[in-house]
Amino acid sequence: MTLVERLGARGTLLTHAVLAVVFIALAGVAIYLLDSVNAFLVYQLSSVAYIAIAAAGLTVLTGLNGQLSLGHGALMAIGAYTTALLLKTYTDLNPAIVMVAAVLVTALGSIAVGAGAARLRGPYLAGATLGLAVGLPGVAVRFSGVFGGDAGLNVPALSSPDALSTVPQEVWMAWMWLIPAAITFVLLANLLRTRYGRDFRAIREDEVASALHGIRVARTQVVAFVLSGACAGLAGSLMAYTSSLAAPGSFPLTLSLELLAAIVIGGLGTLPGAVWGALVIVFAPDWIGTLHDVLKLPGPIRDQLPLALFGVVFIAAMLLFPYGIQGGLRRLWLLRAARRSQAASG
Amino acid sequence: MSYFIVLTLTGIAAGMIYAALALALVLIWRATRIVNFAQGALAMTTTYIALAVIRATDSYWLGFAGALIAGLLLGALAERFLVRWVEKGPPLNAVILTLGLFLILEAVVPMIWGAQIRGFPAPFSIAATEVGGVFIALSPFNIFTIAVVLAVMGAMLLLFRFTSLGLRMRATAFAPDIARLLGVRVGRLLTLGWAIATLTGSIAGLLVAPTLLLYPNNMDAVLVYGFTAAVLGGLDSPVGALVGGLGIGLALSYVGGYLGGDLEAIGALVILIGILMVRPQGLFVHSAERRA
Repeated sequence: MTLVERLGARGTLLTHAVLAVVFIALAGVAIYLLDSVNAFLVYQLSSVAYIAIAAAGLTVLTGLNGQLSLGHGALMAIGAYTTALLLKTYTDLNPAIVMVAAVLVTALGSIAVGAGAARLRGPYLAGATLGLAVGLPGVAVRFSGVFGGDAGLNVPALSSPDALSTVPQEVWMAWMWLIPAAITFVLLANLLRTRYGRDFRAIREDEVASALHGIRVARTQVVAFVLSGACAGLAGSLMAYTSSLAAPGSFPLTLSLELLAAIVIGGLGTLPGAVWGALVIVFAPDWIGTLHDVLKLPGPIRDQLPLALFGVVFIAAMLLFPYGIQGGLRRLWLLRAARRSQAASG
Repeated sequence: MSYFIVLTLTGIAAGMIYAALALALVLIWRATRIVNFAQGALAMTTTYIALAVIRATDSYWLGFAGALIAGLLLGALAERFLVRWVEKGPPLNAVILTLGLFLILEAVVPMIWGAQIRGFPAPFSIAATEVGGVFIALSPFNIFTIAVVLAVMGAMLLLFRFTSLGLRMRATAFAPDIARLLGVRVGRLLTLGWAIATLTGSIAGLLVAPTLLLYPNNMDAVLVYGFTAAVLGGLDSPVGALVGGLGIGLALSYVGGYLGGDLEAIGALVILIGILMVRPQGLFVHSAERRA
């Protein structure tokens, strides 16, 4: 019996919690060692943390519940502006409290967006959230007295405590972000093993059958959307701290589509996939920059190549792996098994 | 009061453009049960093509024709080579596919033509006119816009009501399997449906560009307005698209005029959620059958 199996017998929560603590310890050491090699890389890892949190929320909604949101970038904006406005008034507020507030406000905003949630499904939810992504930055511009207009609001940087003043700022931030990321993933992983998680999946497969089994389809879909929105709010709060800014230009429609790209790349509906996808989203522009150094691509092509590639990934994933990467792998495996049994009998 | 009239007239002109994009969305929804989120990006692309033709030939009308032809071709290619493979799959896959097309178009266009904001010529003046000393808020180009969209709507009506081709297209949308048994080439008609829809969208792109200017994501907000208009009209009804477009055009004109132009897009969202809560089947669909 392996250690993980023995823990599993004690309960899911404990297993996931232990795995999370191990992950935090290993990643923390890795970040510290990495900093002497490449400080900017550590800074980018902070971005990976919040993109992964937002992508995890989206993958629960889209991959497991079958609802598509094109507005998670806008929900991140709600979290970011909550953070900025709170810190404007209470400069020394504890980041944990700020983040909880950002999560709560964004969850409330998600309820408002999903007010017609019983009706907002399928293409309707996608269209409404598209409207959110396109429209919300305009609110920040219109009420510039509160939200700072196009320039946005500044957010004070997260500083390390005096006792650890030798720790570089970017390392401290990356360390700190491991905690909300780990908490989010542990909670989501546990949730997916409860009745709600099973209900999410049942509704994705067949709404009518789910309703016949006593699942309240509309209510469960609202829960999934609000939960997913709360993750986006947390991600937005971390993003505001990381970039020291909450501005409308940071939350374009393409941010929402990049989050969608992250979960499509990682495989719809898998939490580890959200992390892989976030790594790709954050580092793809760098890789293309490297490509640019080799191939001497003209500027406009280099700038636009990541988005074009994400578009190609969307199409390729849907044409080649219509049931996601996970489903594609399973099909390959079944194909091989079928061939093997054929060879055995023939 | 006169400000209200100005907003009403400009709202009608803008609403006709939203109606054209809504009609494009409705045509594709009827034929394939897909909301084409690439509709705006396709229209933006054909408008860039029109601008290239206008620069090369110095003729607005050749550019206009070029955009329409490009729309036909792009729509047909998109259906035949991309959408065809996901039509039978889960609806989510089709939506993600159209988003992929959206991203590719919005990335490839600035690769070719650059991302800077460009002006786009209008065949008629876009300044408000005075006729016999009476100030009219509508510009000649607004009147041209209204005429073009009404002509497109009329042409669609003639096509679907009075031609054999239109009948076959309606049969394909209504019951593809039975239509196929009766000898209708369903696949070809779906390709044609996408081509006609993209042509309609390209007209919206041409009409919006002189006032909104041309840049790679200039149609994003228009897509939201067109979608809202289509949902208002029931997503299934071309007449609904026209009325929905006018309704959204007027509503957003008042929102922009009295509350601030930056709030137009969020205003459309509020309207959309309101419609979906009060009358989710739209204003122009009689049957309540909607399970998507």
